[in-house]
Amino acid sequence: MPRREIFTMGDIACAEGAISAGCRYFGGYPITPATEIAEWMAVRMPEVGGAFVQYEDEIASITSALGASWAGTKAMTATSGPGASLMMESVGLAVMTETPVVIVNIMRGGPSTGQPTRGQQGDVFQAKWGSHGDYQIIGLTPASVQEMFDLTVRAFNLSERYRVPVFVLADEVVGHMREKLVIPDEKDLKLVDRKMPTVDPSDYLPFKPGDDLVPPMALLGTKYQFYATGLTHDERGYPTDSDEVQIELITRLSEKVLRHVYDIIDVEKYMLDDADIAIVAYGTPSRSARKAIKDARAEGINVGMLRLKSVWPFPEKIVSELGSQVRHIIVPEQNMGQIYYMVRAFAAPTPIHLMTKPAGTPQLPDEILQKIKEVHSL
Amino acid sequence: MSRYEIRIGGFGGQGIVTMAVVIGESSSLFDKKYVVQTQSYGPEARGGASKSEIVISDEEIDYPKVIAPDVFIAMSRAAYLEYVHGLKENGVLIIDSDLVNVESELPQGVRVYRVPATRIADQEVRSKQTTNVVMMGAFAAITKAISIDGLRHQMEERWPKFVKINHLALELGIKAGEKALAGES
Repeated sequence: MPRREIFTMGDIACAEGAISAGCRYFGGYPITPATEIAEWMAVRMPEVGGAFVQYEDEIASITSALGASWAGTKAMTATSGPGASLMMESVGLAVMTETPVVIVNIMRGGPSTGQPTRGQQGDVFQAKWGSHGDYQIIGLTPASVQEMFDLTVRAFNLSERYRVPVFVLADEVVGHMREKLVIPDEKDLKLVDRKMPTVDPSDYLPFKPGDDLVPPMALLGTKYQFYATGLTHDERGYPTDSDEVQIELITRLSEKVLRHVYDIIDVEKYMLDDADIAIVAYGTPSRSARKAIKDARAEGINVGMLRLKSVWPFPEKIVSELGSQVRHIIVPEQNMGQIYYMVRAFAAPTPIHLMTKPAGTPQLPDEILQKIKEVHSL
Repeated sequence: MSRYEIRIGGFGGQGIVTMAVVIGESSSLFDKKYVVQTQSYGPEARGGASKSEIVISDEEIDYPKVIAPDVFIAMSRAAYLEYVHGLKENGVLIIDSDLVNVESELPQGVRVYRVPATRIADQEVRSKQTTNVVMMGAFAAITKAISIDGLRHQMEERWPKFVKINHLALELGIKAGEKALAGES
């Protein structure tokens, strides 16, 4: 389709981003504030020759997406808090079986049922550590309707490239706000498809990685035979209880992501060049911060922002460098403090100031401005 | 236009969110402004509190929600009582005059416009569902913050089966807005 401009909500931009990225399967269960993604996919999937299935719950939703991915279809599911909790076991399955899949979490107030119609950023750590065992995933954090589109496209590309589940983590305001969305001409989109095996089927080892640590992925129903299991497996895919294989596999699953951070990590540096105070933010609070920074600069305070468009893998080196550049770092989050602890881990001993707000309304620009002034006077 | 903020408050079912979406679409796609539209509502489908917001600007919009509205459109007493104090000084208050009374001290310099949108929709358009369209017309006439051509265009796009009735509702709303402007209180 040629370039189009529409005025639409973040959830729908996410769905359109998925379609533009080549997603042709959506398995889901509606839940506020992610329902509009499912609704839109229910209409659009049949139009583009894809499939939409509403399941009995989120466990079935995500596992169906993994199955679709093994059959060679780019697949997505979308949910919010309680649904994300139900999906966590299968996030581990996706990691272990190296299945490309995109999981969207439009974060609402938690824990438990919490505040369904109100936003929060409380699931950022869950996305990284919610399933058991040691592993890496990729987590992207859009802050606008356009980014809901752009970063969903990116999520598919990264998940195909590295055979890893990719989370799109948007707070409710980003999911439900409406702004202008430019959907680029499909010719202008760079899409990535998973690597397929080229060896003779008799030589195929389904979990033997290439130099990039990512194994080529055969598809169900082709001449390649394979066995995919959540059990620790060797290159043939056969389960084993060997220490050696476990260490090698778990290390590779993490390393295939960590070795490519230069390709994955996505940050925006806003007015940081001469800053001696930095804000680290993502999602809606980053938009409050942008206004606060303009207002503070009008009063002569040199403040800037490191805006995270991806939070996992965490930009350790960038944050560490930021720590040596500035005197103070402020972290406003719509939660009790999550990314704050990551910033603290890598920017220490620079003082890190947390602004918590575990509620639907993000930090107001004025609240952040007050904090900037307070920190400036220290 | 630097940052211009609109807040609409009422009950679920009055078309509070839809109204903001159409205003947003029109301003963004037709008037070519930067626009962010947001809303908040309770878990109920109808009857609960409903609030929608639009921020319009010539520059890219940072904070997406309303901070202190230039215009507050009150379509229920509950919304009026909750949000009237947030209105900017010298701001504009538009009330559905059959549903809302000015019953408290207003921020300094606020101009009040009374538009019986529900009554006009019910008795003149003969469809209460057009209440929000009547109010949009009145809003455009009073504030001139969005173009009426844009509204017309956007309503035709959105509701191609109801062009005639919506045009009638919009025209009556514009008239009511002009009348309210003339008799400003």
